[in-house]
Amino acid sequence: MKYICLGYIKPGTFEGMTEDERHAVLDECFEHNDHLRANGHVVAELPLQPPETALTLYWKNGKVATTDGPYAETKEQLGGILILEARDLNHAMQVISQLPGFKYGLGPIEIRPAADLNEMLKASEQRRRQKSAR
Amino acid sequence: MPPPVPEPLSRTQLSTTIESLYRSESGRVLATLVRLLGDLDLAEEAMHEAFAAALESWPQTGIPDKPRPWLISTARFKAIDGMRRRARFGGTQKDFALYTEARMNEAQSNAARTNQAFLGVEDGKEIEDDRLRLIFTCCHPALPPEGQVALTLREICGLTTEEIARAFLVTPATLAQRIVRAKALIRDKAIPYQVPVSQELSARLGAVLLVVYLIFNEGYSAETTGAELSREAIRLGRLLLDLLQTFQITEPEVMGLLGLMLLQESRRAARTSPDGDLILLEQQERSLWNREQIAEGIALTESALRSRRFGAYTLQAAIAAVHAGSSSVASTDWRQITLLYDQLLRIQPSPVVELNRAVAIAMCEGPEQGLCLIDDLLARGDLSQYHLAHSARADLCRRLGRIPEARASYEKALALARQEPERRFLARRLEELNKTPGN
Repeated sequence: MKYICLGYIKPGTFEGMTEDERHAVLDECFEHNDHLRANGHVVAELPLQPPETALTLYWKNGKVATTDGPYAETKEQLGGILILEARDLNHAMQVISQLPGFKYGLGPIEIRPAADLNEMLKASEQRRRQKSAR
Repeated sequence: MPPPVPEPLSRTQLSTTIESLYRSESGRVLATLVRLLGDLDLAEEAMHEAFAAALESWPQTGIPDKPRPWLISTARFKAIDGMRRRARFGGTQKDFALYTEARMNEAQSNAARTNQAFLGVEDGKEIEDDRLRLIFTCCHPALPPEGQVALTLREICGLTTEEIARAFLVTPATLAQRIVRAKALIRDKAIPYQVPVSQELSARLGAVLLVVYLIFNEGYSAETTGAELSREAIRLGRLLLDLLQTFQITEPEVMGLLGLMLLQESRRAARTSPDGDLILLEQQERSLWNREQIAEGIALTESALRSRRFGAYTLQAAIAAVHAGSSSVASTDWRQITLLYDQLLRIQPSPVVELNRAVAIAMCEGPEQGLCLIDDLLARGDLSQYHLAHSARADLCRRLGRIPEARASYEKALALARQEPERRFLARRLEELNKTPGN
């Protein structure tokens, strides 16, 4: 099963650390990631640039509009995404709970199972085929 | 002649092989790792890493002759590696302690293995011992029943969190937390991984059998996912029987429970219509009953009865066996069934057993006698919220031609029933009553 793990971070946490602390966090996190990769857990990992680099698109008065910043204003911001391969939800929880970032207070991680849209996709293809046949 | 070159395995072939190996071996591998590492989470993680390592290295090396020892020793190595890694990054005291302990265990079990090789002892028995230990841990009375059930299905049967959640109609997140809480209890209360000593064995085995029966019953009533759970419960019953036999422990109730489950399961194909509607024993097409399961169930029940140390599961199995051996409701030996219920009531007094006994008495002495007993039971109040008491009452009233009373009882039953097939059944009965002439 694939699980999408959304890692949140309080802006400023990392910046508030001394250089030594930062190095310690990074070294331990990177080494841990090597270990996850070596065990076939990592499908993809995508760190994000800080929230101020974000741009949100939305629909307003019949056209696409934009605003600066992330969609939701919360204390914790999305810092990175990890797509994890694990046997089941408890296995995913166990793997994620060992991420070194936790003990350095980097912030919560949300785990969500990847959705399987195969059935929906098949049904939609059938609908579209019927439509074009008419 | 050069040795034959192994055919290179494709990754898909290999992952299919590893998946089926996981189904058959993960229970044993996990149980042994729990003993070696002394921690369920650590053992699980190490086992998953070993399976991942197999996927990585077996394409080159081929599948080892004995995959199980390979998996166990790889997992142990991975666990020690992980502890070393955590210890290096300022791990806790616990990490150091576990690390040292694992190293000691490793040395010890290497020594044991060498000795065993000298003595020619198979390590099969040791592994079965590990599994039995883990079953007793998962079903420990200090854990809440839903935690026992979830843990047993995941750690012993190898089901995933998502599969168990689907079977119990809860979200995976809810079930995942039940498992986490149960594991935390095992850790916090320092529940040991061991088979209870003989004085405690019977009582603790009772808790294990109850978990197995809970799983089976969930499978019995669940509409779509039931078959899978019942199968797992039967598999668990067999495993338990085998494991206990390995250690020459004879517990007739294990046989009785397995017999009971097989006899009830034998009617699965007959007790629902193709549309998923409930069919009562009386209307079931008995040629659909599974003869193989019946034969095995009866044999188990008979051995349990012969032991003369049997209990409630065996008596219930004996009742199911009387039904299984009858060609119709009319030719069923209801007197025998009543006697068995009398015995059951003596060792396990319960209003539900009384209700079943009342139905059996209605069958051999007439609906009026049965109705008297059910009315007394309902008057006591224990079963006033139990839909089956009202539907049994309704059925007897209907047979006696007391239609308005029958209707009132069916309506009460319908208001209390929660499972969809049961609700449909009761609604159908009510509709039939309304068509009865003279209404």
